[in-house]
Amino acid sequence: MSDDHDHHDGDDDHELRVSKIRDGTVIDHVHGGQALNVLAILGIDGSNGEEVSVGMNVPSDRLARKDIVKVEGRELSQDEVDVLSLIAPDATINIVRDYDVVEKHRVERPDVVEGVLSCPNAGCITTGDEPVTSRFSVLEDGVRCSYCETIVRDEIADLIDT
Amino acid sequence: MRHDHLITSKQLSRGDIETVLDYAAEIDADPSTVADRHAGTLLGLLFFEPSTRTKMSFETAMKRLGGDVVDMGSVESSSVTKGETLADTVRVIEGYTDALVLRHPKQGAATMASEFVDVPLVNAGDGAGHHPTQTMLDLYTIRENAGLDDLTIGIMGDLKYGRTVHSLAYALTNFDTRQHFISPESLQLPREVVYDLHQRQDGTGIKEHDSLEDVLPSLDVLYVTRIQRERFPDENEYQKVAGEYQIDAATLEAASDDLTVMHPLPRVDEIAPEIDETDHAAYFEQAHNGVPVRMALLDLLLSDDRGLGGGSDE
Repeated sequence: MSDDHDHHDGDDDHELRVSKIRDGTVIDHVHGGQALNVLAILGIDGSNGEEVSVGMNVPSDRLARKDIVKVEGRELSQDEVDVLSLIAPDATINIVRDYDVVEKHRVERPDVVEGVLSCPNAGCITTGDEPVTSRFSVLEDGVRCSYCETIVRDEIADLIDT
Repeated sequence: MRHDHLITSKQLSRGDIETVLDYAAEIDADPSTVADRHAGTLLGLLFFEPSTRTKMSFETAMKRLGGDVVDMGSVESSSVTKGETLADTVRVIEGYTDALVLRHPKQGAATMASEFVDVPLVNAGDGAGHHPTQTMLDLYTIRENAGLDDLTIGIMGDLKYGRTVHSLAYALTNFDTRQHFISPESLQLPREVVYDLHQRQDGTGIKEHDSLEDVLPSLDVLYVTRIQRERFPDENEYQKVAGEYQIDAATLEAASDDLTVMHPLPRVDEIAPEIDETDHAAYFEQAHNGVPVRMALLDLLLSDDRGLGGGSDE
């Protein structure tokens, strides 16, 4: 593949807002308003010096309004991005090398997510001081804590452990 | 598949359950056959919440198998007050004992603790989560009194926080049962539990009610649990609701003569004392069954040659 990653969706005007990257990952077709949650769930906060561009509520044919996140100099693996399916199920991942998209794929729902979300149940053992990493199994329509078995179907982004 | 820990009744298949119940019946008939099976074995009791029946019946069961127990004692007198984590506590006590029994106020505590130890760990209650050994003695009592297949059971009271209820309901989905859940709206089964029950039994055998009246005549077993004051914002609300889920001799006039009434105990006023002397009452027998059932469970978990289970794992 060598299509220009800023022209695959006919959203020509957003390249004016978000600059192209040379090498790295473009996360496209994120539901409008979720870009910062995408960064949070990936643990990218800029503190490691990553060059990150974010476009929010950009017009899109497919989603009406979408967010787009570009991370320069870092190729995110499928395992890393699959967790995004919880908050950005329509996201597409573009791996860019020398300004060309060399890989393009969708996010897939993982069976389990570890260490990314925190359990909303105050009575859950994982909410105390125990040396335990949170673990959620992924259901068709939500996530479930592997310890207390609480199911969360809405507002999963609120559980992101920041 | 062999289970090294007993965390939830969900992990047990029908075959697993029948193995335990059959063995408990053997032990009940003649406890002397296993009197020395575990001489020298030490069971660690870690109860982070108060317990009378569960703790004493585990202690009795281990001693009747020829072993002994070491008891962490109350939380107030332990290093937990110094801020020790549960993960550390179980790793330390594991070094002293051959198996652990854990009760803890947090849901998921037993699951987490089991990830830190190699000795068998038995969940004796984790918050509003599970209480699988209570379930096994409940099933034993149901089997003795009413049989486990073609069973219509009513489970009444605090279904939201009642871990004995959740564990029992899961286990019963292994059998041909119709389960009626009777509670005030504010204490209905957690949606998670309903979801699981529907997954396990396609939902046809599960019904929820706010009154006992309609279902009582059809029941083989009525399992009553305590509605706790602290679940309600004020005393008036509690009195109003709790009164609707208490039973006495007059209530049971509408029931089958063969109805078995059970309760995990302790009771407060959910079951009038006048029922104690009737043929309906099985709750003291139920409490007694805790010893042979826990003897069977401990022996299966502690024996290299037996193990607990033989059915599917989840």
